[in-house]
Amino acid sequence: MTRYNFQSMAELLRIAADEGLTLAGVVLRYQEDLEGKSREEVRRAMGERLAIMRAAARKGLHEDLSSPSGLVGGGGKLLEERRLAGQSLCATTTARAIALAMAIAEVNASMGRVVAAPTAGSCGILPGVLLALEAEKGLEEDLLIDGLFAAAGIGMVAAGQASLSGAALGCQAEIGVAAAMAAAAAVEMTGGDAVQAANAAGVALQGLMGLVCDPVGGLVEIPCVIRNATGAAHALVAADIALAGVQCYIPFDEIVAAMVQVGRALPPELRETGAGGIAACPTARKLARQMGIRDTHTHGAAPAEG
Amino acid sequence: MDAFQIIGPVMIGPSSSHTAGAVRIGRLARAILGEQPVRAEILLHGSFACTVRGHGTDRALVAGLLGFDVADERVREALELAPREGLEVTFGEKDLGDVHPNSVQLNLEGREGKVRVEASSLGGAQVVIKKIDAFEVEIYGDLPTLVAAYPDRPGVIAAVAALLAGVGVNIAGMRVSRREAGEQALMVVETDQAIPPGLVPAMRALPMMERVIQIDPV
Repeated sequence: MTRYNFQSMAELLRIAADEGLTLAGVVLRYQEDLEGKSREEVRRAMGERLAIMRAAARKGLHEDLSSPSGLVGGGGKLLEERRLAGQSLCATTTARAIALAMAIAEVNASMGRVVAAPTAGSCGILPGVLLALEAEKGLEEDLLIDGLFAAAGIGMVAAGQASLSGAALGCQAEIGVAAAMAAAAAVEMTGGDAVQAANAAGVALQGLMGLVCDPVGGLVEIPCVIRNATGAAHALVAADIALAGVQCYIPFDEIVAAMVQVGRALPPELRETGAGGIAACPTARKLARQMGIRDTHTHGAAPAEG
Repeated sequence: MDAFQIIGPVMIGPSSSHTAGAVRIGRLARAILGEQPVRAEILLHGSFACTVRGHGTDRALVAGLLGFDVADERVREALELAPREGLEVTFGEKDLGDVHPNSVQLNLEGREGKVRVEASSLGGAQVVIKKIDAFEVEIYGDLPTLVAAYPDRPGVIAAVAALLAGVGVNIAGMRVSRREAGEQALMVVETDQAIPPGLVPAMRALPMMERVIQIDPV
């Protein structure tokens, strides 16, 4: 096994410190050893995923999209129009990130091609943050690829110690982890070190601790698409908090362990069954009926993983 | 753990279990039939039946039957493309009993033969084929797989193992099921290496071998 192997954030940070590497530096070397490939090949493979993220962003911002239910599509475009008109209340990077994140999540909802990051239901957050920083800060493609490897490291720790399934641990494990990944990527790409990136991930996950998975009708639409936009803004806030040097105190590994405890304590209604939370609102039930979806309370169904 | 499992897979949305998993089930079922199906009756169970249209599970299953990949943008148009590809599809619902909530039965007919396949989508695009006709199986579709049907007699397993060893293919897993002792048996072999051309014809040439199916990983 490679000496870059890590099971926890503590191990990942120790390797980074010993080797004088960033998070991306460790994950990149780990992946090279795992696949027995050169750095260029592994970076190129990640670059291909970045290209698919870009294509999804273009599609979401410029094409007319509609999900099979007809309820989702066009939100990213509205946000982008507002940004371009100078009306956005968010600062420039955040305004871009939320439009991109929502647009990409809408591409997913309307059966377009996306890169799960870490899941399909949360696929907008990481590219939203990356592409917004690229545009606003003039970042090079190589830095974005570093950001993706740093994000992968966060996701690998969370997947290994917890789960990335909303059905298992609620939305905190999908949108929460995606925001943690994006926060770490943002720090990595703007010159932060491994400790700051890990802190950013921890701040992001703390902020979304306990978020429940409550999709209307069990579909990856409401509130999933909106949470991609709010999650992207959240990730940028977390990155700023870490980069400002605000003490995080609780190590990322302990926050992930807390997420597992909280997730296990969630009743089934709040874990992707479409039976609780937002999904249980009277209007949500009406929408689900209009979509031809039977009441999941009576059917006992366990719908989609995002 | 692989970084590309976290930043990936590349897939058609919206759901890894209800869309990407459904495409993989369709592709595996097509491989089990061994040809392009001309008729497919798709019977949905549980959560698959509840949210079939919203997740595009219907389109995804048909896309897989047409041989499309999980990242193929034609998945969205699969229902419209099917008749043009000579595939007639009907949908229904069926209670498949005590199975995973995301389960489906596919009754497929090709020009050469027909087959009934039952499968479940386990989450994160992982799937399992649970039944081929009357036989219980466990096929995940991650490794090259051979399925062989033959009368339950001594020597068949050894003959198949010898054929695989002869071409340098290592057996990753093997499972044999039968309805009753001495009746028809079904062997599922997963291999570490790709199945070389010529192996399946050689298996078919074994005495008493009734049917051999090759399933490439999807």
